Amino acid sequence: MKKNYLFTRRQVVLTGLSAIGGLILPGCSQKAPPTYGNILRMGDALTYIAHRTLLPGQSLAREYQHSDISSFPATGTTNPGDPNYKYYSEDYGKLHHAAFANWGLSIEGRVARPGSYSLGALQDFPSRTQITRHTCEEGWTAIAEWTGVPLSHVLQHAGIMPSARFVNCYAYDGFMESIDLIDAFHPQTILAYGMNGRNLPVPHGAPVRLRVEKQIGYKSVKYLQRIVVTDEFVDLGDTGWSWYNGI
Amino acid sequence: MQASISPNPTTPHKRWVKITHWIITLSFLALTFTGYEMLMVHPRFYWGEVGNDLTPALFELPVSRNYKHGGWDKSTPFYQQAGSPISASRTYDIFNQNGWGRSGHFLAAWFLVLTGLSYLVAGFVTGHFRRNLWPGSSEFTLQHLRQDLANHLKMKVPPATNGPHYGLLQKSTYLIVIFFLLPVIAITGLTMSPAITAAYPFLIKICFGAQSARTIHFFASVALVGFLIIHVVMVILSGFKTQIGAMTWRK
Repeated sequence: MKKNYLFTRRQVVLTGLSAIGGLILPGCSQKAPPTYGNILRMGDALTYIAHRTLLPGQSLAREYQHSDISSFPATGTTNPGDPNYKYYSEDYGKLHHAAFANWGLSIEGRVARPGSYSLGALQDFPSRTQITRHTCEEGWTAIAEWTGVPLSHVLQHAGIMPSARFVNCYAYDGFMESIDLIDAFHPQTILAYGMNGRNLPVPHGAPVRLRVEKQIGYKSVKYLQRIVVTDEFVDLGDTGWSWYNGI
Repeated sequence: MQASISPNPTTPHKRWVKITHWIITLSFLALTFTGYEMLMVHPRFYWGEVGNDLTPALFELPVSRNYKHGGWDKSTPFYQQAGSPISASRTYDIFNQNGWGRSGHFLAAWFLVLTGLSYLVAGFVTGHFRRNLWPGSSEFTLQHLRQDLANHLKMKVPPATNGPHYGLLQKSTYLIVIFFLLPVIAITGLTMSPAITAAYPFLIKICFGAQSARTIHFFASVALVGFLIIHVVMVILSGFKTQIGAMTWRK
C-alpha cells in the first residue's frame, strides 16, 4: 500500500535543516566577521559568538599581588629598530634614538577628531595600573604590572562614532591586530606605557603597547604606531591565526 | 558466569549510542593530533599560575619543538635587587605552526563537548547509564572484582556480543572516562581561556592555577589515550568484526 504522508521524513529533515540555516545566516552577518571562510574558521567563529553571547562582556580578568610578578620572556619582535632583523623599521630606529620624544600615536578612521597623541598626552589621561597574567598561545604564562591609559578614554577623547565596530592596531614591526568594541572598551584594555614600575622596555613594545587581558598574548600589539577605528571588519593579518582568541 | 551478570546479552546498541560514539571518537582523534601539535610549541609543564622559559619547570617532555630559539639575549632585572623578576628576549625565532593547531583543537572540542552533552542527557533519560553501565549491588562485589581482574590478567577475554554486555572492570572504566576524565579535560581546557576565567574565576581556583590546569589537562589526555589503546586492544581480542559490526551497521 502506498504510504500517504503529508510530509515524508526526508522532507521534514531537509526543511528543518534549511530553516536552521536560514535562521543562523543573518546572525552570522551581524556577529561573526565575514572573512571566516574555511572549516577551521568555523570553530573560531562559533567560539567568538558563544563568548559574546554567553559571557558577561565586562567582567575583569584576575588581578594579582605585587609579589606575584614573575619573570617575563620577550618573544616575537624584540627591537624593530635593529636593522639585522626582517621587522626592521627605520622610523622606529630614529624614534628610539631620540628616546621616543617625537613619538606619537595616530588615531584615525571613524572618529570625530582624528589626530596624534604624544607620549606625554597619553600620560596626562587618568591612568590605570593592573597586575595581570599574560597567556601566550604557546602555552606559557607570566605576570607583570602594567600602567597605561584605558583605550576607551582615548577613543572617547577622539570622539568615536556610533557606526564604529572594530579597532585596528598597526605596529612599527609590521604587526597588525584588530579587536571588537567589547574588548576595546573593556576597562582592562589599556595602552600601556609602563611595565613593573618602569618605562615599557623595548623588548616588550616601547614606548606604548596594547594590553588586551581577555585574549591570548598576541592580541596585545607591541610598538604601537597607528590606530584606525573602522565600521567594517578587515582581516589584518590573514596569517591563519585566529582573529578572536579569548580561548 | 557472565550470563548471570547480564541476563539479556543480545540487546543491540541503540542507534544514538553508535552515532555519538563515533562522533566523539573522531573529535577525540582530532583533539589528540592538534593537542600534540600545540604541545610541540612549548613542551614544558608547571604548577600554579605562572610558568615560562625563564621560570623552573615541573618537567619537560623530550618532544622535538616545532619552535626553536638559540637562547636568551641579555637578562634584564626589572628591579635593581637580588631575586627580582627578569626579562630576556628570544634570539632566534622560527614561525611556529600553532595557529591551525589551536583552531583545529577548538573546532574539534566543540564537536566533543556538544556530542558529549547530548550523550549525557540521553544516557540519563533513556536509562542507558543505569541499565548498561552502572554495576548493580549484586554485581559490585569483591568476588566479582577479583574474578574479573584475574580474567583480564590471564587474557581470558569473553567473546563479543551484539550489544552492551560489560564486565565489572569494563563498566568502571567507562564510568571513569565518562564522568571523570572527560569532564576534567573539558574544565581544565576552559580554565586556560582568559575570557572564560575572567567571567568565572572559580575555575582557576578549582584547577590550582592556569598552569596547573594545563598540566592536569595533559595528564587527563594521556589517561584517555591510554584508555583508547586498551579499548582498541580489547575490541580486537574479543572479536574485531563482531564488535565493529555491533557498533556500526548491524541491527
